[in-house]
Amino acid sequence: MFSRAYRTMVTVPPLAWVAVFLLVPYALMFCYSFWSVSAAQTIVHSWNFANYQELLEKQVYWQTLLRSMWIAARVMLFSLLLGYPLAYFLSFYAGKRKDVLYQMVIIPLWVSYLVRAYAWKTILGSDGVLNTLLQYLHLTKHPLEFLLYSPFAVVLTLTHIYTPFTILPIYASLEHIPRNLVEASHDLGASPAQTFWKVIFPLSIPGVVAGATFAFVLSLGDFLAPLLLGGPGGIMISNIVVSLFGAAYNWPLGAAISLGMLVIVVSLLFISERLEKKWSHS
Amino acid sequence: MSSLNTLPNVDTQTASAAKTTLLSIRNVAKTFGPNVVLRDISLEIAQGEFLTILGESGSGKTTLLRIIAGFETATSGDLWMSNERLDQQPPYRRKVNTVFQSYALFPHLTVEENVAYGLRVANRPDSEIKQRVQEALDKVKMSAHAKKKPSKISGGQQQRVALARALVNRPQLLLLDEPLSALDANLRRQMQVELKSLQREVGITFVFVTHDQEEAMVMSDRIALLRRGELEQVATPREIYNRPATAYVAQFIGHTNLLRGEVREGVAQCGPISWKTTLPDGPALFSLRPEHLRVSSGMPGAARVKAKVLTQAFHGATDLVRVECADGLVLTLRTPSGGIKEENVGVEFEPADAIPVLESQERS
Repeated sequence: MFSRAYRTMVTVPPLAWVAVFLLVPYALMFCYSFWSVSAAQTIVHSWNFANYQELLEKQVYWQTLLRSMWIAARVMLFSLLLGYPLAYFLSFYAGKRKDVLYQMVIIPLWVSYLVRAYAWKTILGSDGVLNTLLQYLHLTKHPLEFLLYSPFAVVLTLTHIYTPFTILPIYASLEHIPRNLVEASHDLGASPAQTFWKVIFPLSIPGVVAGATFAFVLSLGDFLAPLLLGGPGGIMISNIVVSLFGAAYNWPLGAAISLGMLVIVVSLLFISERLEKKWSHS
Repeated sequence: MSSLNTLPNVDTQTASAAKTTLLSIRNVAKTFGPNVVLRDISLEIAQGEFLTILGESGSGKTTLLRIIAGFETATSGDLWMSNERLDQQPPYRRKVNTVFQSYALFPHLTVEENVAYGLRVANRPDSEIKQRVQEALDKVKMSAHAKKKPSKISGGQQQRVALARALVNRPQLLLLDEPLSALDANLRRQMQVELKSLQREVGITFVFVTHDQEEAMVMSDRIALLRRGELEQVATPREIYNRPATAYVAQFIGHTNLLRGEVREGVAQCGPISWKTTLPDGPALFSLRPEHLRVSSGMPGAARVKAKVLTQAFHGATDLVRVECADGLVLTLRTPSGGIKEENVGVEFEPADAIPVLESQERS
């Protein structure tokens, strides 16, 4: 259909882009993760598993990884709890306002991540909007300290940022449910609640899985929210990677952690895809 | 409409008077914004009856069915079932089940689970569910496919499952929305016969929607013919064919010749043809079926006209022959296979076979 030259012209640039900016860096990281740093802060190109051994042995890495997963899991849960009802409302009950409301879900994505994270800082800080309001209403005497620089702040901010990412796939899967199935369910005597749990929810699971994966994976790798709002107790695994590549100047160890994370994330994506396939019926 | 009042529907009245009325549709109208979809529909459906709502696309037949099922609310009028108000109940409380045009089987459930759905949501005991599902699947010959997902079975099989899923709940009334339209011609004819015998067997009242007049004729006890949101005629298939109330009915059901003319002093005059009639004086419109026209045999009392053969079409056991009379009046007659050899013939019919019909009013 298309000439060979045309096909080459169209396909080579994106492939080259992926190769140069994705595959090559991964390969470099892979190599680095087996190297080490000398006392004089130079990279020693000798191949060994020392970095991986350190990861397995030192508790701080494990604890941080687990904390990151716990934060990501909560973000996922809250995003789903907020996102599902909204997606459901949009798809089934919004009627003519559907398009406008859909845009309102999308618009926050245009605002810079940093702006939104800073916004939470102003809201949650000890002189922030929330604490001022609470004291003004005499609900508290002193600023609540746990609001900012805590895992709570990180979970709150990430939930705010990633909820649209759960709404969109859930909304898409709800939109794909033929409405005559809902009618058929009512026709067979199922109440609206029974219809939701027996027909609508099971058929929306692929969207839920996709949304959950977005929220979990994106939160797991996040480093800005913990950096700006997390405080010492809210450090996540990516913060360790950042400091290893920066101030600590231990690229090999940082590369080893990154590769470990990559394996975890790819496994999750694999499982998620399997689950989505299992629950899709088209 | 007025035609229902002016022309006697003797068969219909005796048929429905003998049985008790299950569903009563009273003055139902439906508008979507500026569009009037149904206007002033009144219809009584008897217990155990097979009633077909027949109409072209856009006649409002599916909307009427959806109002009975509860998926749409009538703009005015009301529905009564067994002397209880039906239209104020939500669809899931109505003792009505539907077989959807596209079947609407739940894709995430197996055939068996689909059929069990209505009993499950009603919290029937497991042993009863198992037994009734088994019976329903046996009845539609789908037991062998019980564990399959709907996507793994053919359209005809899905149709049977949809039927079993509805019937297993033993509804008082089963609504069928063009359930055969997705099937090919042979399977369709087979299912028409099966559906009809199944309906007799289970004794459930069927309201069947179709645009196919042949299907309606084969299956129904009565046909309600809808045209642009109004009932044109409600009668048995034979009556609707033999005594069409309006020109529209006559043309929609089977072939017909419409003869337009007038009656004066006991003689009907339509173009070059005239015959004796007892109708009052005034303009008149007659429906004359092609099978009631024949090549002249000189029978006394028949109305007769000379004509020229235009075309002949082979229809298996019969031929349809188009002839042109003087003043350009074109008639279609059904002749035994073999057609007409001559070019100029005389054609005739019994005056009693020219059925007076009402003009169908133009509606927007």
